[in-house]
Order: sequence, then C-alpha cells, then structure tokens
Amino acid sequence: MGNKETSWEPKIIAFLCNWCSYAGADLAGVGRMQYPANVRVIRVPCSGRISPFFILSSLQNGADGVLVSGCHPGDCHYLTGNYSARRKFALLKSQLEHIGIEKERVQFTWVSASEGGKFAEVINRVTETVKALGPAKRLVKKCL
Amino acid sequence: MTDVSNKIREEAGKLLEKGEVDVIIGFEKGSIPLSATPCFIRNEADIEKLIWNEYCGNNLSLYLSKARGKIGIIAKGCDTRAIVELIKEKQVQRERIVIIGVPCEGMLDRKRIMIRCQSRNITGIEDQGRQLLITGDSLNVAVEKDEFFYPACQVCANRNPVMCDVFIGNTIEEQKTDEFTDVTDFNEKPSEERWAYITDEIDRCIRCYACRNACPLCYCKECFVDATQPQWVGKTIEQSDTLSFHIMRSIHLAGRCIECGACERACPVMVDIRKLNRKMSADVKNMFGYKTGLDIDQPAPLSVFKPDDSEEFILDI
Repeated sequence: MGNKETSWEPKIIAFLCNWCSYAGADLAGVGRMQYPANVRVIRVPCSGRISPFFILSSLQNGADGVLVSGCHPGDCHYLTGNYSARRKFALLKSQLEHIGIEKERVQFTWVSASEGGKFAEVINRVTETVKALGPAKRLVKKCL
Repeated sequence: MTDVSNKIREEAGKLLEKGEVDVIIGFEKGSIPLSATPCFIRNEADIEKLIWNEYCGNNLSLYLSKARGKIGIIAKGCDTRAIVELIKEKQVQRERIVIIGVPCEGMLDRKRIMIRCQSRNITGIEDQGRQLLITGDSLNVAVEKDEFFYPACQVCANRNPVMCDVFIGNTIEEQKTDEFTDVTDFNEKPSEERWAYITDEIDRCIRCYACRNACPLCYCKECFVDATQPQWVGKTIEQSDTLSFHIMRSIHLAGRCIECGACERACPVMVDIRKLNRKMSADVKNMFGYKTGLDIDQPAPLSVFKPDDSEEFILDI
C-alpha cells in the first residue's frame, strides 16, 4: 500500500442514465474537458433502474463514494423514471446518514446530454469531497 | 380484561354460528407465564379458548394472507393499520375478513420482565392494576406496568382500531405522542455516536430472519435475502452484510411499516430494529406527508410522485 497519505486515491462508482448523464459524460470527453480519473462509470437505462442494492453493494465492496446521475426532472426518456427514483434516493440517503455513514459518500445529481461541463464539474466536486473524507471504513466488507 | 375476553368469545361465537366466517384468528393462553399464543378457532366448541390480556402482542394480520376461507380476526389498533396496508397491496380482500376491533392500552414486554425477574421460574402472577406482583422460586417482585410496555406501544398513536366491523369495549383516549422526537433526538447525535449505537445493535443479529417472518408486511414469496441470482446481500453475519440486510429491509418497508413492533418482539437477541424503521416512517411523513395504514384510498408513497418533491439532497452545481 505504501504511503497512504499521499498515494491514496478514492474509488468512485458513478451510475449514469443512458439518455442524459452518460451522453453528458461523453460530451465532456469529446469536448476534452479535464476531470479526475477516480470515477468508474456504470451505464444504466434510467435512474429509475438503480436499486438501493447497487449503491449498498458498491459501498460494501470497496467504493469510497457513489454518484448517481440521471436526466433532469421532466426530461426522463421514460417520462417519470427519475421522479420515482428521486423519492427512493431521498429515503436511502437519509437512512444512510441516520445510521452514521457520511452523507457525502453517496451523491445524487442531474446531468443532461448537453451538460458536458457540468459533468466534469460534478466529478471534480464529488472526488474532492470524497478525498477529504478519506477511505471508506463503514459498511465495508472485511473479507470479500 | 375478562370482560373483553367474554365479549370476544360472544362475538366470535356469533360469527362462527351464523357461518359468517370459517375461522377466527385470536389468542389463547400461552404455554409459559406472561404470554399468549395466536390460535385458530374453527369450531364453536373451542371458543372458550379465546382470551384477551396484556400479552397479546402478536400482530395477527400476519396470518391473513395464509388462511383460507372467510376469516374473523381479533385486531388491535396496529393490527388494523396492517390490515389497511394489506388490503391496499391486494394481499387480502376486504370482503373476506371480519375485523373484531379491540382497543389496546399497550402490551407488556415479556422479555424485559423476565430480565427483571432474573429469568427465574415464575409460579404466580397477581395483576394489581398498574402493577404486577410476580412470585416464584426465591422471587417476589412488583413490576410497574408503565415501565414494561413495548417501545412501539409507548409511542403508539392508534390505540383504537382504525377500521373494524365489530367493536369490543370502549374507545380509549389516544396518547398524545410526540411526532418522531425519538428520531430527531437520535439524528442530533454526532455521526460517530450513531454509528457506534447502530453497529452495537446490529452486531448481535444472528440473521435468523425472525423479524422478517413476524412482519405482516414482509410477505414476499421470495425475500431478497434468499435470492441468489443475483445475490445482492451476502449471507454472512459480518457487520457489513447484516447491516445491509437491515438497511434494505427498512427501505423495502418505507411507507409500508405500520410500526407495530412485531420485528422487535420477535427478535431473540433484542436488536433495536425499529431504530431504522422509525426513521423511514418519519421521513415518509415529513417528505411525502404520508402516514401508513390509515386510509385505504391513499396510494403508497413510493408508487407515486409529485413534480415538486423535495430536491434538497440533490447535488446542485
């Protein structure tokens, strides 16, 4: 592991919806925008597809942070997927904070297909906050 | 209490006699002191078995989806709230059940009383109104009932049935319970302290799933903890897996949990499971203005949305 203080980089899992945020991430790439390489992207059909299981499982298996991003409310490809997701995520985030998991570890945001700049900024912000928190210790599996 | 027992027997007898129900789900005397056991009465001859006392804690609505034919059920306030949710979720048809509603002033926690009695053999219990005089092998204690009601009963806001066909006894005054001050108090503690408390509780969990089995709303044919393809939650009793199980269970019950405390009563190691479920109930109420088990026509909060739902938690750049 070497010198943890300087060499540690957070691992962040990003669940991006196919129609908006994934395209936004693509646009950030095409536009040659710089953002940290800490993020591992998983493409899902819709933010409504994301089960709390995905998020818990990420945290259990070594992610230091999780980002979920979908279409802006009203812009969902399936019309209402992100509205349903919003209620679900509000509860999950609140519960995780309640039991004592740092609330900054799990983040939710909306990025549209035209917001390449916003995507880069979101990744910057999330990476910074997770880095400041340090490696995840709570809810992490000890033996995999 | 004997009045209520007699009244229950009378009403249950009538229902069976007229053939309005095939089975009555109620309580009979438990095989150990300070307990009552759920029972299923099919013949009028057995009606005398039915009892009502302060140990009838079980939520009988658990058996509704499993029993066949027309069912008469003895139900407390919390049980009727569970029935409302079960009807809403189409697990039981309203026409199929006759609800015998009984107001309830709280049920006594046998496990905590046994701890108070140092788990000695109990030979005699004398009910003195607000007190229980318990005697046994070198044992002679007076137990204040107020101290030994289940935690769920202490914050119960529906002591009277919210829906019933036959009402037994008199309506009692509802408690002026706080609106989730226990949750707010816990939330105000520092994150380390909350984590320490929760993990301390969860570490005792042996993954027996008694909480799930006792829960009237945990009726899934295949529970996520039993699923193996994919297996989202590990089956070990490592803290991470156990906690994930409890978090997911609370999320699955968000907007459905009627706070009867059946999970906590069933838990053999006395884990404070309601800590998680209460939080979800508080959130559902504060965020979506929904209280479970009161109105059959109100849709479940996670099945609907409003375009202007709170976005406080969304990272905005």
